Amino acid sequence: MNGMNRRQFFKVSAAMLSGSSMAALGLAPQTALAEVRQYKLARMTETRNTCPYCSVGCGILMYGLGDGAKNAKATIVHIEGDADHPVNRGTLCPKGASLIDFIHSPNRLKQPQYRAPGSDKWQTISWDEALDRIAALMKADRDANFVEKTAEGKTVNRWLTTGMLAASASSNETAYLTHKIVRSLGMLAFDNQARV
Amino acid sequence: MTNHWVDIKNADIILIMGGNAAEAHPCGFKWVTEAKAHRGAKLIVVDPRFTRSASVADVYAPIRTGTDIVFLGGVIRHLLEKDQIQHEYVRNYTDLSFIVREDFSFEDGLFSGYNPEKRRYDKSSWDYERGEDGYVKTDPTLQHPRCVYQLMKQHYARYTPEMVERVCGTPQAKFLQICEMLASTAPANRVATILYALGWAQHSIGAQIIRTAAMMQLLLGNIGMPGGGINALRGHSNIQGLTDLGLMSNLLPGYLTLPNEAEQDLPQYLAARTLKPLRPNQMSYWQNYPKFFVSLMKAWWGKAATAENNWAYDYLPKLDKLYDLLQVVELMAQGKMNGYICQGFNVLAAAPNKAKVLEGLAKLKYLVVMDPLATETSEFWRNAGESNPVDPSKIQTEVFRLPTTCFAEEDGSLVNSGRWLQWHWKGAEPPGEARSDIEIMAELFLRIRERYRREGGTFPAPILDLWWPYANEANPTPEELAKEYSGKALVDLPDPKDPARIVRRAGEQLAGFAELRDDGSTACGCWIFSGSWGPTGNLMARRDNSDPTGIGQTLGWSWAWPANRRILYNRASADLQGRPFDPQRKLIYWNGKAWAGADVPDYKADEPPDTGMGPFIMNPEGVARFFARAGMAEGPFPEHYEPFETPLGYNPLHPKTPAATSNPAARVFARDLADMGKVEEFPHVATTYRLTEHFHYWTKNVRLNAIVQPEQFVEIGEALAKELGIANGERVKVSSKRGYIKAVALVTKRIRPLTIEGKTVHHVGIPIHWGFVGIAKPGFLANALTPSVGDGNIQTPEFKSFLVKVEKA
Ligand code: SF4
Repeated sequence: MNGMNRRQFFKVSAAMLSGSSMAALGLAPQTALAEVRQYKLARMTETRNTCPYCSVGCGILMYGLGDGAKNAKATIVHIEGDADHPVNRGTLCPKGASLIDFIHSPNRLKQPQYRAPGSDKWQTISWDEALDRIAALMKADRDANFVEKTAEGKTVNRWLTTGMLAASASSNETAYLTHKIVRSLGMLAFDNQARV
Repeated sequence: MTNHWVDIKNADIILIMGGNAAEAHPCGFKWVTEAKAHRGAKLIVVDPRFTRSASVADVYAPIRTGTDIVFLGGVIRHLLEKDQIQHEYVRNYTDLSFIVREDFSFEDGLFSGYNPEKRRYDKSSWDYERGEDGYVKTDPTLQHPRCVYQLMKQHYARYTPEMVERVCGTPQAKFLQICEMLASTAPANRVATILYALGWAQHSIGAQIIRTAAMMQLLLGNIGMPGGGINALRGHSNIQGLTDLGLMSNLLPGYLTLPNEAEQDLPQYLAARTLKPLRPNQMSYWQNYPKFFVSLMKAWWGKAATAENNWAYDYLPKLDKLYDLLQVVELMAQGKMNGYICQGFNVLAAAPNKAKVLEGLAKLKYLVVMDPLATETSEFWRNAGESNPVDPSKIQTEVFRLPTTCFAEEDGSLVNSGRWLQWHWKGAEPPGEARSDIEIMAELFLRIRERYRREGGTFPAPILDLWWPYANEANPTPEELAKEYSGKALVDLPDPKDPARIVRRAGEQLAGFAELRDDGSTACGCWIFSGSWGPTGNLMARRDNSDPTGIGQTLGWSWAWPANRRILYNRASADLQGRPFDPQRKLIYWNGKAWAGADVPDYKADEPPDTGMGPFIMNPEGVARFFARAGMAEGPFPEHYEPFETPLGYNPLHPKTPAATSNPAARVFARDLADMGKVEEFPHVATTYRLTEHFHYWTKNVRLNAIVQPEQFVEIGEALAKELGIANGERVKVSSKRGYIKAVALVTKRIRPLTIEGKTVHHVGIPIHWGFVGIAKPGFLANALTPSVGDGNIQTPEFKSFLVKVEKA
């Protein structure tokens, strides 16, 4: 392990270790023990991701505590730019550099919530309740307002009274599935955030 | 982007206009710095404000917002008058020699075929003249009075430096200096790039502004070249991907389009999209449309899509008109919508005219919000005082708010501006009970499907038949979905040339869209992404950052659509013999047998360079178009029209034609037109933008960002501040016809008054990042001010140019 630089070290550690720290196994590169920061990061799992804000798509490294062991919930404690990334080469702008605070924002939502007609507050509901009720509302609206044929007899099979806006930062996989579902329902009032 | 971030380093001249990359795309802007430092590139910034990009520019020129076509049209005139164009390129790779129909005309600001009642054109005259052989007639000498070259020259003759100064407020000397700098890239071995963003798109003539820029780049031979192109810097991390995947009213994945209601049968639908070559020996790649379409229908409806039922053609909804965001808000405000689902989209803040959106949301029966964060949209019913003065007891909308994962808590891919599909990995569990959007959508779908199974209902077939092959039906994995959009063989695929040979086994992933078939034997959810998860695995996860040629082409890093090609139209970077125009920056070349080099050729791989096949293989012409034919709503050549809220009240190019004041082909709803302000009441020109410390309306929920930019402000120039008696740091009220905001005034030297048609025009800068939800200081949603009118082609709202009145609060 001698002569390994920090990046190689982390590649190896990410590949080899999911539970224990390398230092504990006595495998740390020589310099690691001398550096508090490396020592700190060596206990963590490194995960590659990309910044979810602008379209530069900077590569980031997320360092997590909690190693997948039972009862331990993984949590991200540090994020930095990915020095291997050909575009950002390790740099991040003020937004990317603050991503850790997005993950842990006090305004992250944690439970499904419901606001009744006329109410001025949220109430917590279960996922089952929420999804069942939404499915019922959507089906009722679709059944009542779906247009199979126009007055002139053209087949159009469209549903115009419920619409959807899709996210700007969701993954391609989310977007693809969303599109597949939306069109199967016959929805046309469908858009994304490309223009705003 | 036609090119990509790292490629900016290959540019000799960089024009930033309609964007502010240093502020909004900082880590991409580093490649501008790289080009300046290592190539000696020169940076030009044209903007109403002296921006962060301008502060490091070699030349900065001010411009009145919304007048970019006059500026760029002026550059086109300059290039044509001085004959500073890349002759070999334009002669062989563009439509300059094509002859246009005799009945095409342009008079008093309007093209032939205008219908003022419908605000729409009959575009039949906007086309080429055909010969007896069915192909377009051309005049290679460019002398024919109706060839595209002559028509274009005539069209832009009016865009003189004097006109630029009068309309844009740009001093002539500055304008001419910039013309010279851009013209310096006409020689084959010099290249300019353009970086733009919503500063061009968010105008009622946005698409035409961008088109003018592309025409300028074509004249200079800069499209397809390393260091060149026309580069849209997308605003959000995956808005490129969502557009590629067709999440819009009228699109299907891969820029296929939904049928119109007139297209009642499949052959008719396909014929209109299967474009036949307009000139001999052209590739016209859209000839493959049926393969892409049938493979999509197989990915969506599997066994239920058969040749007998026209591949489930009736399962697709048919359009009578576009149901884009602005149209839907209009319908909502009319009380014609019942439900709305916002997936990570804060529509109350993002759509124009907040008051109208609010009214619309309050008329819904139900609203579903999926988001990792609390948003104004989910709390539109909450009284937040002056910035959201509603009475919750009067709002009958049921609201569901569903907590979702964020980037750190999921696997998947995003498409960056350079069209790279980059895979990312989950590093943490979501907070509380938050779930991924995939799981939520799947659960919702399964519950709807179950109800149709149990209870029946209206036209259940497309729901019951939807192909749902996922191991865990309630939570498909990103891997399963990525493989589905990338595409696979459904049966053993025989080699068309040697049927005894099997090229792909049933179930095997395909290597790319060239393997797609129109007989139902392949399934592919998005043809342009085909091959991203190929037979060898997930190419989006690749991390080889080596750049063997040194020109920034890291072909082993992630995967770019289409076909891992990094620079679009790259065949145009080489001459008719297949030699790179610039031997220093070799992208692709003909090696005697095939095309080779630092990129995946955008051409038939073994087509010799001199057979006459053009480099623009997606166009039926085979060449690039200066003359847009029927492709644009406003006309085949971009023409300047004033913003809908104009500080002049007329179009200086057509002062006597009121119909040509603002975009004659823009769709505008009566109510929105009535909501437009006049300069007498709202004398200041406003424009909205982002700050580097914030991202849209998200980061006001993020502690560090809320610390560095805590409070809402607006920027006004010193001259206007003096005129209104406003001191730096004082609170001001900014009003438009639609609403108002209150914020701190930042009095700056960076915005100077402009003289337009002899009159002083002040700009007001409105950063957009505050609202009534978040941990930054509460503020007003900036869209309280913005007008609800879209670009004539794709309905991008006019956020960059509208009228306000600034006063002390
Ligand atoms: S770090 Fe900054 S520049 Fe990079 S993707 Fe994120 S927001 Fe964009």
